[in-house]
Parts: sequence; C-alpha cells; structure tokens
Amino acid sequence: MSDQGSFELSCPLPTAERQTIALAHGGGGRLMQELIRRTFLPAFDNAWLAQLHDGAVFPVDAGKLTLTTDSYVVQPLFFPGGDIGSLAVYGTVNDLAMCGARPLYLSAGFILEEGLPIETLTRVVASMAEAARAAGVAIVTGDTKVVDRGKGDGMFINTAGVGLVLQGATVAPQRVRPGDAILLSGDLGRHGLAVLSVREGLAFTGDIRSDSAPVHGVIEDLLANGIEVHCLRDLTRGGLASALNEIAAAARVGMTVEERAIPVCDPVRGACELLGLDPLYVANEGRFVAFVPESETCSALTLMRRHDVSRQAAVIGRVTDADESAVVLTTVLGTRRFLDLLSGEQLPRIC
Amino acid sequence: MKYVDEYRDRSAAEVAANEIRRLVTRPWIIMEVCGGQTHAIVRFGLDELLPEKLTLVHGPGCPVCVTPVGLIDQAVALASWPQVIFCTFGDMLRVPGSRRSLFDAKAAGGDVRVVYSPLDALALAESHPDREIVCFAVGFETTAPAYAMAVKEAARRRLSNFSLLVAHVLVPPAMEAILSAPGNRVQGFLAAGHVCTVMGYAEYEPLAVRYRVPIVVTGFEPLDILEGILMLVRQLEEGRAEVENQYVRSVRRQGNEAATALMAEVFEPSPRAWRGIGEIPASGLRLKPAYAAYDAALKFRRELAQTAGSAEEDPECRSGLVLQGLLKPTECPAFGVKCTPERPLGAPMVSSEGACAAYYRYRSHVNGEVR
Amino acid sequence: MCLAVPGQVVSIGDDALRTGTVSFSGMVKDVSLVLVPEARVGDYVIVHVGFAISKVDEDAALRSVELFQAMAARDRREASSAEPEDGVTP
Repeated sequence: MSDQGSFELSCPLPTAERQTIALAHGGGGRLMQELIRRTFLPAFDNAWLAQLHDGAVFPVDAGKLTLTTDSYVVQPLFFPGGDIGSLAVYGTVNDLAMCGARPLYLSAGFILEEGLPIETLTRVVASMAEAARAAGVAIVTGDTKVVDRGKGDGMFINTAGVGLVLQGATVAPQRVRPGDAILLSGDLGRHGLAVLSVREGLAFTGDIRSDSAPVHGVIEDLLANGIEVHCLRDLTRGGLASALNEIAAAARVGMTVEERAIPVCDPVRGACELLGLDPLYVANEGRFVAFVPESETCSALTLMRRHDVSRQAAVIGRVTDADESAVVLTTVLGTRRFLDLLSGEQLPRIC
Repeated sequence: MKYVDEYRDRSAAEVAANEIRRLVTRPWIIMEVCGGQTHAIVRFGLDELLPEKLTLVHGPGCPVCVTPVGLIDQAVALASWPQVIFCTFGDMLRVPGSRRSLFDAKAAGGDVRVVYSPLDALALAESHPDREIVCFAVGFETTAPAYAMAVKEAARRRLSNFSLLVAHVLVPPAMEAILSAPGNRVQGFLAAGHVCTVMGYAEYEPLAVRYRVPIVVTGFEPLDILEGILMLVRQLEEGRAEVENQYVRSVRRQGNEAATALMAEVFEPSPRAWRGIGEIPASGLRLKPAYAAYDAALKFRRELAQTAGSAEEDPECRSGLVLQGLLKPTECPAFGVKCTPERPLGAPMVSSEGACAAYYRYRSHVNGEVR
Repeated sequence: MCLAVPGQVVSIGDDALRTGTVSFSGMVKDVSLVLVPEARVGDYVIVHVGFAISKVDEDAALRSVELFQAMAARDRREASSAEPEDGVTP
C-alpha cells in the first residue's frame, strides 16, 4: 500500500515504469518472473505456488478423484456481483461439486492481451484469491501467455480443478429414474442479466447482481446426510432449459416442469420482458438442479434451504416414464409446450 | 408485474376460453397479424384452449421475416466495411440474405452491434466521430417513430456520421394484399395492438367495409389475445364486420399524435418488396428528401452499387405462403428437414417470432415428426 | 412484432428527448418520454425500443379484468344452479 494512506490496487513496488501488459510478460524471461512474483504469488499465497515448480504435488486420501476444466471469456470483465476471476474460480469449484466431489486444488491459465492494464489484472487476481479462500481451495499452479494487441479481448482465463469424490457418492445422469423429483436451488437469470446490464447498448440499473457463488457446501451437506442424489447439474450458459434437456438426453428420460414453480425475481422478470428474453434460457452461475427420489424431496429441500446459496430451493417438476428425452413445460395457464434447446445464443429482440 | 400478470391469470383465461367455445357454432379462419401475437399464442399454448372449429393462421406481421433479401445483402455489405459500425436489433442478426447473414459478417470481422434502441446507436455516433454508424431501421409503424426521433436528434446535434438503412413496412397495405389475394380464406383479423397504439385504427375501417371482415385491435398477453378472439368470434357469429378495440389500455382510435406527426415529418410512404410475397405499393417508408443525409442507401450508393448479392431467395423456401397464412409451417416439405434454425432457408425459421421458428421451438419434433 | 412492455415512470428529464427513467418491476432503464408528453411520474407507460409509445389507461385496464371476473362469477352461479337436487343446499 502507498504511504499516502490511499488504497492502491497495484502492488507495493513502484510500477511507474510498466502499467500495461507487454508481449514480454508471457515470454518466460525476467518480465514474466516479475509479474508472477508481484501479482500472482502474493494474491494466491500458498506453499505449492511459492515453489515456482512446473507443477504442484500433493497427497490424496484413498477414493476417487474428479478433474474438470473450464475457460472463461466473459465480456465485460467486471459486472455487478463478480468478475471474470471470481467466475473462473466458482465455476470450476461448482463443476467439481456437480460430480459429488469436494473441491481441493485449482490451476489457473491466463491469456492476456498486450496492452491490458496491469491494474486490471491485479484486480482480477485479487478477486480470484478471495473466491478461492471463500471456497476453501488453493490455486496451486498456473501459466501466463500474452497475445498481440487485438487478439485477446483483454483477458481469457482457464481453470482446471481437482476434487475428491465424497464417500459413497455416485452422481451421474444415468442414475436418474422416472419419478425422481427435480429440485432447483434458486431463482433464475441473475448472472446473464448482470452481465448484460453493463454491456454497451443495453445498460440498465436495478438490484440485479450475478448469482456467481460456490455451491459445494450445500452439495456436501446433502450427501453427508445420506440424501440419495442421482444427478446434479449447474446451470450456466443456456440456462435451466438447456441443463434439463442435456440430462434428459443423456439419461434417456422425459421430464415435466411447472412454470409457476420456477422462481424468478422481479427485476430479472422486468428485464427479460423488456428485452424479449426467456429467463429459462438465461445464464446462471450459482444455481443447480438436483434429481432425487420423490420420497427424499422434503428432506433435500429442508437441507438446501439452510444454505444462503439455496435459500429459495424449490421442487419444479419430475422425471417421467416417457423415453423421448423431451422436456415438457406446463405453462402458467395450465397448457403444455415443449421446452426445447435453443439453436444459438438468445438475443434481445424488439419483435 | 403490473399490467402483465393480470393478463396471464389462469382462471380468467379459462373463462374466456369457455365463452369462446360457447359462442362458436361453425368453422372460422382468423389471422393474427402480428408476430408477437404468434409468439404469445405458441408460448402460452393458447390454441390448446380454443375449440377445433376455430383455425388460427399466422400473418406477415414479422418485419424481420418480410425484409427483402436485397436489403439484407446491403446491410451485410455495409457491415463488412471497416469504417462502419453497423447497429441492428437482435432479431435481424441471423436472417440469411442471398448468401450471408449479419451474424456471418460479424464472424468475418465486421463491427456489428446489437442494440436495444436507435438511441444507443446515436450514442455510438457521438462517441465514435471517426466511424460511420449505420442503423438497420427495421420494424412496422411501432418502431418508425423511434427512428424518426433518432434522425431528428442526429440533425439537431449536427452528427454527420449517423445514417439509417430503412426497411420499415406498413401493416394496412399488407392486410389489403392478403384480403385481395384470390385464394384468401381469412375471415377475421386480430390487428396489431402496438402498431395501432402509434397509428390508431381509423385506417382499418375502410378495409372492414370493403372486404366485409371484422377486425379487432388486440394486445399481446394471453388474456388480450383470448379477449380479442372472443370479440372477433362474436362479430363473425353475428354477421358483423366492424373495427373494434380490445387493447383499450393502450390504443385510442386516433393513435399517438406526437408519434404520427414525427413520422410524417421524417418519413414518407414508398413501394416495398416483401420477402416471399413480392412488391406491395406504398407499403414501406423512406426518408424524406430533407433527411437524405441520413439515408445510408443514398450516402453509400456508389459503394453499394458494387455489392455482390443476387437478392434471390432460396427456391425451396415457401415463406411467402406461410406469411400469407396459406401454408402452415409444418406443411412445408423442408420444415425441420432441410430447413432448421441452425440452417434456415428463409427468414421465418430464424426470426424469434417467425411462424416456422415458433412451431419448431415450441412444438419440437423428433425424427422429422411434429407433435 | 413490436415487443412493448409496461413500466412505471420514476423520473422525467427536460432534454430534447424528454429522457426519463422507467421501472419494470425494479429493473430501471432510461426511456425517452418525448412521444407521451402527458405522462407524469408514477404513470405507467408502454415502452418499445427505448421510447414510451403510450400512457396506460389504468381505468380501461381494470375493465378487462373486471369483465372476466364478472363472467367467472356468472359461470360459478350457473354451475351451482345446475347441481343435482340431493337435498344439499348450494
């Protein structure tokens, strides 16, 4: 921090001579070492990273491991409720949780665009560090590359994650059975609209913050209490509708869902109506669906509602006998229609 | 959500549906003009609530679907020039021209931006004085006042880097074209509630008289559409042919005078080719000579003259018949087979409210069979 | 076509576009109110592509809803008067 007592986001060493990312920062030489030591190490702060080895070595308990990876290319980099950094941590943590695993270690690969302000990188890295602390994981290894100006949209991040599968958990679409209850952990659409709200040409205000958050705590609670969780899926791009269709196809089952049981908060509704978006297809980042036997619905919901991240958990439908892999929605009017996969990205419309 | 949820009330919808069922004694064919109404009917499954004797056909009220191929080719050409920032509504992004869509142009490096309002494009013109901002002015009369205002503002702020590629179309000429077509089976119309919010509905009265068809100006929520159908069915059963207004909370007979005055100041009627239908006289809008500086087709006419693009429609696409209510999307041989939202032959399959897209999305189909 | 949505006017400016803010259930957006000079703070307007195109006639809006409530009541009366006579008072 600077002597003047003001809060400086840049690192404590004077950086007057270099305020933006240059190609050399990815070159493996002195400049890159400087970047690692000044920006990444202090933020992520753990013994593995401090070794500056090619990889991290750690012991594991007996059992099964889960490995997952995801890349993050969100624009803009910062939005209400999060940024590309926190997204990159929570997204991978949640994917591990969806496999019934406790998240342990993450890697972080950065592709930076030449000209990116170092202050921006520092902000993102600080956010990742905080997210990692909140999720109880360590970022133990990483990589940095720099691409020419104009070839990178500022910053791309890839995170891979390793987790330990929790005792006795077998979570997969193939375990889904007709009659299973479909539980939704919370209201829809916050993340997608939070990102849109700061995009040029669509700006709006209102209490819409991304729902990006780690959900492994509630998953662990469900499994530790012996709830027979058949399948889990976090809702990301494509929203609830896409997640349900993917599982229906993988499990070769049908599903029926009640529109009026699906929670959507008021500002998200207003924004979706105005922009012509369907909340069932809007991206989320801290929401998941769980498939449990019907008999466990109440216990599962009670457990879920004990956690902040799933306070509004609700049963929204059930798995049916039909093997057409179709998801049928009962509308608020009581009529029925298919909830199909979208062919591309949902766009705001005027018609 | 106020003034929305009340019109999605289940028991009110059941009441309306029962009343319609009570009144209908013989088959009737009615057309909802507006794509937004088509979208609502399919999204809320309203046809499930209607008696079988009532046939709903979907009209050409999808400005996205009827924008001629030639205009889309011009849009794609403009979007491909480095100095241009091309602004469009999301609806137009994937509509194919004779070879490419704006989405393809964007993927190839064109600066194509989805905007919600013409005012967003105006803001871009101010913040990017070194670029040419071109707006795809698509839409019916509902949208024209917004573009008229954007042009007036551009003039007031002395912006020289803002222009419109005008594609506006007008509803009454399209309805007349449908009514006067030899094979026309449509016996009643649900007119477009937001178009009439702007224009009023006096201009529909001569149509009702000349062709002896009832016309009910209708809103877009489920209860609006059901009430509109109820009013239409009542007229049909009673042998009346008048213009009535269901959408009273937004539509007045004289319309929005501030909006129509603005439109008259900036635009004038022009001939327009409707994709899949052909040219309909005085069915489009163009900028008046006083605003020629904001007309992208004039401003860039030399460059556009060199545009590639045959302006030809795919011969297997039957969108024209669909748009006139003469063919249901599911009756088209290409539907779901050669023509899908990922690889559309024409516009109605890719427009968010095109009849073909609505059927495809909400009804689904497996192995080519439609449920 | 013409996706237009009702929202409540929160504030009104005095620029050439009469730019105000309109709330759609808590999502607040800048909207030009130049086409609805009669709209005041607290009124509901119908908004299309960033412009209010009409002020909601709230009395007329109520009438539709009341109409169906009346029909629902009539339906219930007819249903109960058509019940079989088994000594049970409707």
